[in-house]
Amino acid sequence: MNILKSRCKIRKFSFLIQTRNLALKRFPNYSILTDKDYRKNRCLDDVNSLDSYNEDWLKSCKGNSKLVLLPKTTLELSEILKYCYAKNLAICPQGGNTGLVGGSVPVFDEIIISTRLMNQIIKLDEESSILSCQSGCILQNLDDYVSQRSLIMPLDLGAKGSCHIGGNVSTNAGGLRLLRYGSLKGNVLGLEVVLSNGEILNSMNVPLRKDNTGFDTKQIFIGSEGQLGFISGVSILCPPRPRAANLILVACNGKSFQNVIQIFKTAKLELNEILSAFEFMDRESMRAVKENSNLENPFSIEVSEKCDFYCLVETHSSDEESALRKIENFYSKLSEKDLGLDCIVAENKTQFSYIWSLRERIAESLTKDGHNYKYDISLPLNKMYDLVIDIRKRFSENDAKNYFRRCIGYGHLGDSNLHLNVTSEKYDEKIFKLLEPFLYEWTMKNNGSISAEHGLGLKKKNYIYYSKTKENVEYMRKLKKLFDPKLLLNPYKTLPDF
Amino acid sequence: MPLRILVGCKRAIDYAVKVRNHFISETKFNLNNAKIQVKSDFSGVVTEGVKHALNPFDEIAMEEAVRLKEKKLASEVIAVSCGPAQSQDVLRTALALGADKAVHVEVPGKEYETLQPIHVSKILAKLAEQEKVDLIILGKQAIDDDCNQTGQMTAAVLNWPQATFASKLQITDGDKEATCEREIDGGLETIKIKLPAVITADLRLNTPRYATLPNIMKAKKKPLKKISPKDLGVDISPRQEIVRVAEPPKRQGGGKVSSSEELTERIKKLGVV
Repeated sequence: MNILKSRCKIRKFSFLIQTRNLALKRFPNYSILTDKDYRKNRCLDDVNSLDSYNEDWLKSCKGNSKLVLLPKTTLELSEILKYCYAKNLAICPQGGNTGLVGGSVPVFDEIIISTRLMNQIIKLDEESSILSCQSGCILQNLDDYVSQRSLIMPLDLGAKGSCHIGGNVSTNAGGLRLLRYGSLKGNVLGLEVVLSNGEILNSMNVPLRKDNTGFDTKQIFIGSEGQLGFISGVSILCPPRPRAANLILVACNGKSFQNVIQIFKTAKLELNEILSAFEFMDRESMRAVKENSNLENPFSIEVSEKCDFYCLVETHSSDEESALRKIENFYSKLSEKDLGLDCIVAENKTQFSYIWSLRERIAESLTKDGHNYKYDISLPLNKMYDLVIDIRKRFSENDAKNYFRRCIGYGHLGDSNLHLNVTSEKYDEKIFKLLEPFLYEWTMKNNGSISAEHGLGLKKKNYIYYSKTKENVEYMRKLKKLFDPKLLLNPYKTLPDF
Repeated sequence: MPLRILVGCKRAIDYAVKVRNHFISETKFNLNNAKIQVKSDFSGVVTEGVKHALNPFDEIAMEEAVRLKEKKLASEVIAVSCGPAQSQDVLRTALALGADKAVHVEVPGKEYETLQPIHVSKILAKLAEQEKVDLIILGKQAIDDDCNQTGQMTAAVLNWPQATFASKLQITDGDKEATCEREIDGGLETIKIKLPAVITADLRLNTPRYATLPNIMKAKKKPLKKISPKDLGVDISPRQEIVRVAEPPKRQGGGKVSSSEELTERIKKLGVV
């Protein structure tokens, strides 16, 4: 990786705003792709179709790849990687391209290998509830498929209609159901991975819930962001599909975030085994979805004027009636402690999706403000919202009030994962400088993680030391060298520059 | 004198439930992924295990009644539902939304299959007389059978004036008449009718509120009376026979053409132009 530092001609590349301060140079050892390297078979090399593969959906990062390959099988993928290994061609693995940190698009001219056509379901074992499929299966399609056998995918995220399961695994995606079904590190029971030299590492043929024979090699690939290998197949444990889902939105009483934490604690006790999601959003988030997406606050004006925090609480259970009884009990407890101002209940499917959309469409509605500074941070529960307050304070102390439009906090309270978002009309250096590195230092000081579920990718790789010690990063590098000695897989990302 | 209002509350299949051969992906909240399916003997659709809810137009009717009560124009709002035991679920919803009391006219499953607007209108008329109501607000139609008859028939049975498809309602002249705006072809029509009257709610009359948990809990303590059509002296023997219920035809996939010439050729072949 020292070579990254060595002198070489800086190629012009169209980096957009968020990555402008990363002065990257193309790794000179990589070969340049020529026409001789490929035949026109399941590949895209015309400018128009390349665009959507080169740019991420936030339109914040854009690479300059000249070629997209669309293999259908693991063997094809292995052949491609073998060839690239021999020819020293760098590779950018890509799934649904829904990442938020620029990890799924090339930086320079890396060949994009998309899992789009690797979309076959291999097997669903009904006895063990283990689904095996290729890595390019769209999460939504898998959930539809397993739902026919009364099963559910153990993860769910906003991008489920386009994200690929392989991408989910390689980024260790969290999402909305983590609270209930746990992380992919527990639910993925087997993987098939193609290494950079084309070798296939398979732990997917006999997926078992318990298997303590030697090191669990698949774990190292979950969340490795395509650095160590290319995931081509996944075996995943699917829990039984709950028959009923109930959803309520609580308007919290009081100005203090401590009340929100108390509500969460009450929910854990009272809703215990049926609690499936606990999300919170602040007053500003509710305002953003109203102003930018025209989603009305479902509470009466008297309540919404007083309310600073909203909690969305979802339960998954086998019976709607008994769940509702538990929910009523839960709310009575809140009333006793004077924690809830009001609480609405989804009475039908339309209301159900509406209440969820209030939370899920925050990210989308913020893009209408202009530029978004997005942070995805894990923090100890009782410190979670202090960061938002401190950032706001920092803005007002530094007379930045006129520069930014919004500074909001929302997120997965159940996983103590805060999404802090700041928006401004255009990218503003001043705002950026106020946010970073302050925010990362704040997070480190309070024992948090600077990337809870979005990963590091291109945008956050240099901040790794705020969350990991030098020794840890050193062993990550050693692993990288071991699995990918020529550093061909997803270069310039995840691990920091020297 | 403030009005007494009767509101019809039909329990219908949740309108967000998909028809079986509809190819739309399920969303996360659709955990209960039962879809609308025609029975094997083509006599109707399968209702067991399918999510039901208060008919959306009836929800709007209920909201309007509750708003009149909040404006102190109404003294009491009575929710009525005809159907099997589960109909009480939607009555509880109505009570949570603000109705004062509920009447469940129990029609067991088998008989409910053949219950038609003519029967329901007679039941509503009888109840209106018994409860001495001044105003009946109903949804303009139910989303399951799409009949759009009950409001009109109820007005006929009672010989009351009617304002159908109301998109705006005002109680005027003390409380002796109602001014209604109706969405008609080519614009809005405003009519004035004398009370007592029957009004049916259109989509834009209002946006119903959400039931709050405290109100749902309070609703359990509100009175819910159960009676049968017989108690009201209404004969509910079927007047119509359902011959056949069929699924909508499967949508044919489109084709792609590579040039405008090919497109015109294909269109010509189809004989469209």
